[in-house]
Amino acid sequence: MAITQISLFLMNQPGQLVDAVGAISGTGSNIRAMSIAEANDFGILRAIVTDTDKVCEKLKETYLITRTPVVAARMDDRHGALHPILVALNESNINIEYMYAFTGTGPEEAYVVLRVNDTETAESVLHAAGIGTLSDESLKI
Amino acid sequence: MRRYYQPEIETAPREKILEIQNEKIVRQVRHVWDNVPYYRDLMMRKGVTPEDIHGVEDIKKLPFLSKADLRDAYPYGLLGTDLKNCVRIQSTSGTTGKRVVAFYTQHDVDLWEDCTARAIVAAGGTEEDVLQVAYGYGLFTGGAGLHGGSHKVGCLTLPMSSGNTERQIQFMMDLGTTILCCTPSYAAYIGESLAEQGYKPEDNKLKAGIFGAEPWTEEMRRDIEQKLGIKAYDIYGLTETSGPGVAYECEEQHGMHINEDHFYAEIIDPDTGEVLPDGEKGELVFTALDKEAFPLLRYRTRDICVLDRTPCSCGRTHVRMSKPMGRSDDMLIIRGVNVFPSQIETVLLNEGYTPNYQIVLDRERNTDTFDVFVEVSADQFSDLMSQIQKMEKSLESALRTMLGISPKVHLVAPKTITRSEGKAVRVVDKRKLHD
Repeated sequence: MAITQISLFLMNQPGQLVDAVGAISGTGSNIRAMSIAEANDFGILRAIVTDTDKVCEKLKETYLITRTPVVAARMDDRHGALHPILVALNESNINIEYMYAFTGTGPEEAYVVLRVNDTETAESVLHAAGIGTLSDESLKI
Repeated sequence: MRRYYQPEIETAPREKILEIQNEKIVRQVRHVWDNVPYYRDLMMRKGVTPEDIHGVEDIKKLPFLSKADLRDAYPYGLLGTDLKNCVRIQSTSGTTGKRVVAFYTQHDVDLWEDCTARAIVAAGGTEEDVLQVAYGYGLFTGGAGLHGGSHKVGCLTLPMSSGNTERQIQFMMDLGTTILCCTPSYAAYIGESLAEQGYKPEDNKLKAGIFGAEPWTEEMRRDIEQKLGIKAYDIYGLTETSGPGVAYECEEQHGMHINEDHFYAEIIDPDTGEVLPDGEKGELVFTALDKEAFPLLRYRTRDICVLDRTPCSCGRTHVRMSKPMGRSDDMLIIRGVNVFPSQIETVLLNEGYTPNYQIVLDRERNTDTFDVFVEVSADQFSDLMSQIQKMEKSLESALRTMLGISPKVHLVAPKTITRSEGKAVRVVDKRKLHD
């Protein structure tokens, strides 16, 4: 299971982000979620797109791009929904490197994207706790 | 006040200096021929024997030595005497990781320290002085050279080594340092730190500074003189010839007197190797006239400068060399340390990077800034910020091990390093080192 996130290495300079997003846009793929980590000189754009293969193929000529399996955990878009997810992961000693969230297409549907040290265990822990996760197939909309 | 350390040599008539040089070169070429097979081979290939050398006029017949020879002959190939006669080594970084290791007999240490003692006395040093050596100690020649000269003059010597500026200032103020010896950039830094602590130039007892090991401008000299309330003297040397003290400034501050009784200087055309007439700009070449353990003949320094044989009002009769005006190779001097771009390339390849890099040098508050931009390749890229930062730190540490100084590493995206007509620009030097 798990879903595939793409990460792009960008310089921390004006023009870099607009060009990168323009390139993704040019592939016809939708960006479902994204976040940016920034350092002094560079940044890492992380995104969940609807057609990962196509985006990687098109962008790898111009950009440093890498694929990473991440967990997209289903939650309700209401207060208190994130907490049990983190509790379940914490009880199994899963470390979260970074995370970001996006809302789903259905009413009150939201997802949290989790980059963890052990994706497989994290997913089974969440499933055991009755929490659903997305797969790449389910994203292709 | 004492004006010269060895007046009979320093102010000797030109004919006397020539006589000393002629006598020494004949003996030295014989010594090298007998004891250094590496150089004897070079001489034989050029068809020169000791019988062809009757005086310094004949030095131009001898083959050159370059840094490449030092690398080929590393470590013992240019040794001129049994190791049992040697008492010391000093060292400096060389290209592709091979270091230059220079050997000294006690005689060699003595003549080197005589040279630095001359420089200290020329800067006004006497046994009344408190001399603070803030050059690095250890393999680097700066600390050892000035330390030895200071003992010879009889100054109270403060063997501080470089760094720990708080402690430098504490000793300087508490013990009343009168002469400071360090790199010019460190002198400027100490000056700024003193001002930040509320000291005015008149609060210290400093009267002079002897600064070298890196290029510095007249503008920087005035800045240091003003900040510290001193007269700032330049000193020149390289590990291959001994260390600092091969040449030094007198009160005229107009060129550095070369210690010609120990080192014979020539200026050559770096492309053809032809000796150039006096007053022309070219590459400085030194022949050690009486060193025993590391007797380099016609060593190409790669420093570009001019010799001035006009008489100096200080009374010294030895030829003066200008500050180096540049290099005839790609060596960079960063915070007093010699760095070749090829060394950086070696580290990058060893660490799994592409050799796409750019060195950017600048000066902030009179201290060199040293940044290395390196392109990351696809297989190194990670989505984790911590991983990329770890790569930067680890590369910085590998470069520090190779170079002896720490650059700031910046990982950049592929194809972002400036290219000029298709060729990557390896070095961007924004420092204004030469007037």
